Amino acid sequence: MNAESTVHPKTIVPKIIVKDLSFYYGDYCALKNINLSIAEKMVTAFIGPSGCGKSTLLRTFNRMYQLYPKQRAVGEILLDGANILDKAQDLNMLRAKIGMVFQKPTPFPMSIYDNIAFGVKLYESLSRNDMDERVEWALRKAALWTEAKDKLKQSGTGLSGGQQQRLCIARAIAVKPQILLLDEPTSALDPISTAHIEKLIDELKEDFTIVIVTHNMQQAARVSDYTAYMYLGNLIEFGDTSVVFTNPKRKETEDYITGRFG
Amino acid sequence: MTMLNLYTRRRIVNALGLVISVLAMAFGLFWLCWILWTLLEHGLPALTAVVFTQMTPPPGSDGGLLNAIAGSLAMTLVGTLIGTPIGILAGTYLAEFGQRGWLAPVTRFINDVLLSAPSIVIGLFVYEVYVIRVKHFSGWAGALALSIIVIPIVIRTTENMLRLVPTTLREAAAALGAPQWKIINFITLRAARAGIITGVMLAIARISGETAPLLFTALNNQFWSSDMDQPMANLPVVIFQFAMSPYEDWQKLAWAGALLITLSVLTLNILARVLFRQKSASH
Repeated sequence: MNAESTVHPKTIVPKIIVKDLSFYYGDYCALKNINLSIAEKMVTAFIGPSGCGKSTLLRTFNRMYQLYPKQRAVGEILLDGANILDKAQDLNMLRAKIGMVFQKPTPFPMSIYDNIAFGVKLYESLSRNDMDERVEWALRKAALWTEAKDKLKQSGTGLSGGQQQRLCIARAIAVKPQILLLDEPTSALDPISTAHIEKLIDELKEDFTIVIVTHNMQQAARVSDYTAYMYLGNLIEFGDTSVVFTNPKRKETEDYITGRFG
Repeated sequence: MTMLNLYTRRRIVNALGLVISVLAMAFGLFWLCWILWTLLEHGLPALTAVVFTQMTPPPGSDGGLLNAIAGSLAMTLVGTLIGTPIGILAGTYLAEFGQRGWLAPVTRFINDVLLSAPSIVIGLFVYEVYVIRVKHFSGWAGALALSIIVIPIVIRTTENMLRLVPTTLREAAAALGAPQWKIINFITLRAARAGIITGVMLAIARISGETAPLLFTALNNQFWSSDMDQPMANLPVVIFQFAMSPYEDWQKLAWAGALLITLSVLTLNILARVLFRQKSASH
């Protein structure tokens, strides 16, 4: 609603532009007229109390909602200028460009190696050697190589929670997407694993555009360049993380950030 | 003071509940143990090597159960081979595609009915639609009847096991851009594999003791028969026939057969449990 009044962040290169996006679970309107843009190779965080629509917004970027018959999105989401909500958009190609990591680690019931190769095989047919290299590259990027290199043939479900989550990140980046969506990636992890992942996010933004949903405001302040504060399906405030956290324009944002509410 | 009373009362109620549940369990176990004991008592002495090497005899002469064992194995195998793929496919449909439309709920309801249908009805059904048409009893008819018992069990377990696979796993595969058939084949069916195999084993255990569906379909055969198009000997019907007879050596063989079926069902059940537990523990 007030998206027009929020200034767009200093326009670097917008990777994703959201225009008048509304989202419905059946008749329930979960997102109301959202407008914002996601800067390329930056970290954008969505914060807000439970049920505010931040995960819903994230899940529109790769059209995850299409798995469920009663969910629909109205409006436009432009990825490099093309509307991904268009019926003509090929879903699998879209998801090749946009990787996602979930709140709970989701290793597939197969070996660590196959977990990573699974996604790659969907788009490329690599030789054994090239695949080995790709798996190593992805595991190194996800800071899991030293721990996993001796057990690539072991089941991914045998890793610790934090390792599993890094495996999921490795799996997502092995496909070489342009954008990474992280849906509360550390909320099921201990503080040390969380620190690992946060450090990783900082490194990954060299190559990827990252959008992260988090319940943890300190985390948003630590890892993100831009922050969007959402409440009840509205985008309340959007801007530079430093500005949103130190000098919010709107009273609601200030109340939430200072812990008076939410 | 009231606190203390409340606590005492709670302990008494707890102890009472515990006693009642233990009694209920003991009641159930008592019959089971008695059955097993009687079986072992009569069956073990009768379970000699001859049972596995000779055909079912006419009354008064020596013989074994070889043709019945072979027939049972053959029909159970064919019944499982027919029923399992259909069951797994239908169960997968219900779990993975069954959110929309009317077909899935209707299928699920009919399957529930089939699951609890008396097996004699299934025997009569196959008799009506198959045996009468080809005008003779046969091993194929027996296997067909058994497969109709297998299908609903496998459908139910497959659907339940697939539903236990967390949605986030499906979403994670979809988020990589995997098409639905790959998600089902490589992720969800794989994650549910142990459970589905358990279901198949339980179905095998169930049909290896079924008598009624075979009585109207495979009937029986005194001699060795490897032709599935002919009436076929099988353990349950032989037991049924021999146990009711007045001949002592037939009765002894019936005991041996009953023990044999019980032991194999028991083994299958234990295997299924061990398999399922191992899989759940590794998760």
